[in-house]
Amino acid sequence: MRTRATRKSLLLATALAGGLALTACGGGGFDSSGGSGGGDGEGSSADGPVTLNMLIASSGDAETQAVQDAVKKWGDESGNTVKVTVASDMNQELAQGFAGGNPPDVFYLDASQFANYASNGSLYAYGDQVDNVDDFYESLRSTFTFDDQLQCVPKDVSTIALEINTDSWKKAGLTDADIPTDWDSLASVAEKLTTGDQVGLAIGPGIDRAGAFVVENGGWWLNEDNTEGAAEDPSVLDALQYVQDNLTKGSFAMSSDLDTGWGGEAFGTGKAAMTIEGNWIKGAMTSDYPDVKYTVAPMPEGPAGKGTLLFTQCWGVAAQSKAQSQAVDLVNFLTTDEQQLAFSDAFGVMPSRQSAAGDYESKYPEDKAFIEGADYGHGPITAPGMDQVIADLNSKLEDFKGADLASVVKSFDTNADAALGQ
Amino acid sequence: MTTTQTGEEAAATQPPHRDRAPRRTGNSLNRQTRSGWLFVTPMLVLLGLFLVLPILMALWVSVSDWSGRGSPFSGNVGFVGPDNYQPLLSEPGLSRQDFMLSLRNTFYYVVGVVPLQTVLALLLAVIVNQRFLKGRTFFRTAFYFPSVVSSVAISLVFLYLFTGTGAVNQALDAVGINGPTWFADSRGLIHLLGNSLGLWNIDSPPSALADHQVLGLSWWDWLAGPSVALSAIMMQVVWTTAGTFMLMFLAALQDLPADVEEAAMVDGATKSNVFRYVTVPHLRPTILLVVTLGVIGTWQVFDQMYVMTQGGPAKTTLTPAYLSYQAAFNQQHWGQGAAIAFLLFALILVLTSAQRWFLRDKDEWARKQALRRQRRRQREEAAA
Repeated sequence: MRTRATRKSLLLATALAGGLALTACGGGGFDSSGGSGGGDGEGSSADGPVTLNMLIASSGDAETQAVQDAVKKWGDESGNTVKVTVASDMNQELAQGFAGGNPPDVFYLDASQFANYASNGSLYAYGDQVDNVDDFYESLRSTFTFDDQLQCVPKDVSTIALEINTDSWKKAGLTDADIPTDWDSLASVAEKLTTGDQVGLAIGPGIDRAGAFVVENGGWWLNEDNTEGAAEDPSVLDALQYVQDNLTKGSFAMSSDLDTGWGGEAFGTGKAAMTIEGNWIKGAMTSDYPDVKYTVAPMPEGPAGKGTLLFTQCWGVAAQSKAQSQAVDLVNFLTTDEQQLAFSDAFGVMPSRQSAAGDYESKYPEDKAFIEGADYGHGPITAPGMDQVIADLNSKLEDFKGADLASVVKSFDTNADAALGQ
Repeated sequence: MTTTQTGEEAAATQPPHRDRAPRRTGNSLNRQTRSGWLFVTPMLVLLGLFLVLPILMALWVSVSDWSGRGSPFSGNVGFVGPDNYQPLLSEPGLSRQDFMLSLRNTFYYVVGVVPLQTVLALLLAVIVNQRFLKGRTFFRTAFYFPSVVSSVAISLVFLYLFTGTGAVNQALDAVGINGPTWFADSRGLIHLLGNSLGLWNIDSPPSALADHQVLGLSWWDWLAGPSVALSAIMMQVVWTTAGTFMLMFLAALQDLPADVEEAAMVDGATKSNVFRYVTVPHLRPTILLVVTLGVIGTWQVFDQMYVMTQGGPAKTTLTPAYLSYQAAFNQQHWGQGAAIAFLLFALILVLTSAQRWFLRDKDEWARKQALRRQRRRQREEAAA
């Protein structure tokens, strides 16, 4: 009796499991069309008015509203509709879209994620269909080039520069003539600005700030072809050493050591008289620290001349999108000079087209240092597999002052070689 | 019962008729089996659909070269065998280094959290179980409260409590201690302890430890202990989970008949002896449950890292669960992310089995062994 019941229940369980597997496979959750598509040739174009899905990572209401206004304008002109979704966790939601075989047609794509999506064929390379594509800053174009194809165009550009608290500056007896132009003068004004409760210069952790000194010293983390690490080169090591020496002296400090989340917070709260941050600091200063008066100077020149870092995102178009030509049309609309300047007005980003730089500068003269940096800045690392390697480097540089720089760059090179050799 | 029973009531209380009993048992067993299955079917479907099936899918992903595009079951996803597991275990490189770091961090985390939360929970349960305590309901609710609040909300509160100028450091300041910048401090507690005892200098580790590597990490790194940042998270987790486990202990304590305790007292046992020789042995199954749940839960810790530290500072709060998430969603190494999850699963399985064996009821176990021996002897005798 008992054994028969057990056997029966076993049978039932097996049947159930089988049924489950069948329903799961038959359901619409996974379609197998993911393998097709690629980045070549003309885009697929659906007939008639289409609905495009757009996924963005918004910095706030101002940005969301500006994007919504812009796509509505395009929709009214072209007869299509665009549904804008704001992601709360961009990486995760984008990855889910692609894994589920139902990615958004148009989306923000961060430079750090670019290589992952480009290398697995998720992106529709539409660079050749963009109006006047050479107008985009060269270093931005090379950031988003994969397999010799421009995969997606930069949405906007941000650069980092030197922010100076004018009150502290005057209090230390410094004048406009003292604004640092090279490493030595930066070190000396930082020393003069350092008081009991204020350091001269606060730097955010990681290579996204200190890396500017590497560029100014003529170095870069990878070799020119992005095939292997080049951080053991003296040009990189000396730049890091310069930062470390000043940290040891106490006139520079990492923002995390000042118990702040980023350079802007250290600067705004008066824990530092200068900081190195990007043009996004403007918004934070107006909303969080409206009383702090400051000016922005270009990054002081290094031994190899001017240098800064560029940060950017691009407008990705999914290879699986059923309305690629409409999506590209939308991107073309969103990256015109006019539209980019409208975004600048709305939420303070800088245009990624060189032709718009003049208009931007005359409109926002206080941003001169930032927009000029776009001409000579270095874009982020976008080689595939480097995400993890950079994260490791950043974690080793968290304690910048105590780090053994020679061994840090050595292990970076080893890891980079392994990642790029794959 | 009153003496004036009506006929119906009397019939209802009478046992069923003897001669009908066997047939009814047969029928009802069948019916019971059938309705039993009927009742568990919805749960089986749900579990199968949302637990078993995804696990099997993830198992496939962990041995495939799926790149995150489209279905992992489409034709152009290939089987790669152990290729996703090798970089984590056998190939020197960043993946193995990070995985080993995450195991190290979580090991210290488990070793710190599980005993603390178990002891704290037991202590709270014993206090709340005092029959003469005033405001028992209030304390019960208060101790349980952290468990019902979302861990994300609590994490955010702790983030503010533990900033360099936060409440915790101000309290420490009041008693003359200069608190660390908690979530930015990557120094290990064992390193710090050795430093203050003069065993080593934390800034220049002894070369005997620093120069020899095991599985991609130096001995010095393995022996770091939980970082200051991880310790702050550990405190938070002990505080939140102790309430849940207190409830389990409380339920078990209320099962303990008062007369057993009284009998022990009459026999002259002191209070602490009653606790040690009566209460705790009675709680053995609950302790096993709490420790098992604790070990499983702590090895899988994710929320706190996701909300508070993202693995930093200096990777000292990296855990296998968070690393798995990072590998999959941020680096698009889906196979490796799934592989980490299965390695974690295997580890937890081994640890909980080992722990069951260590915490087994030794008398019961000896009895079973004896019974087995006896049966074997009987069989041998029968054969002979």
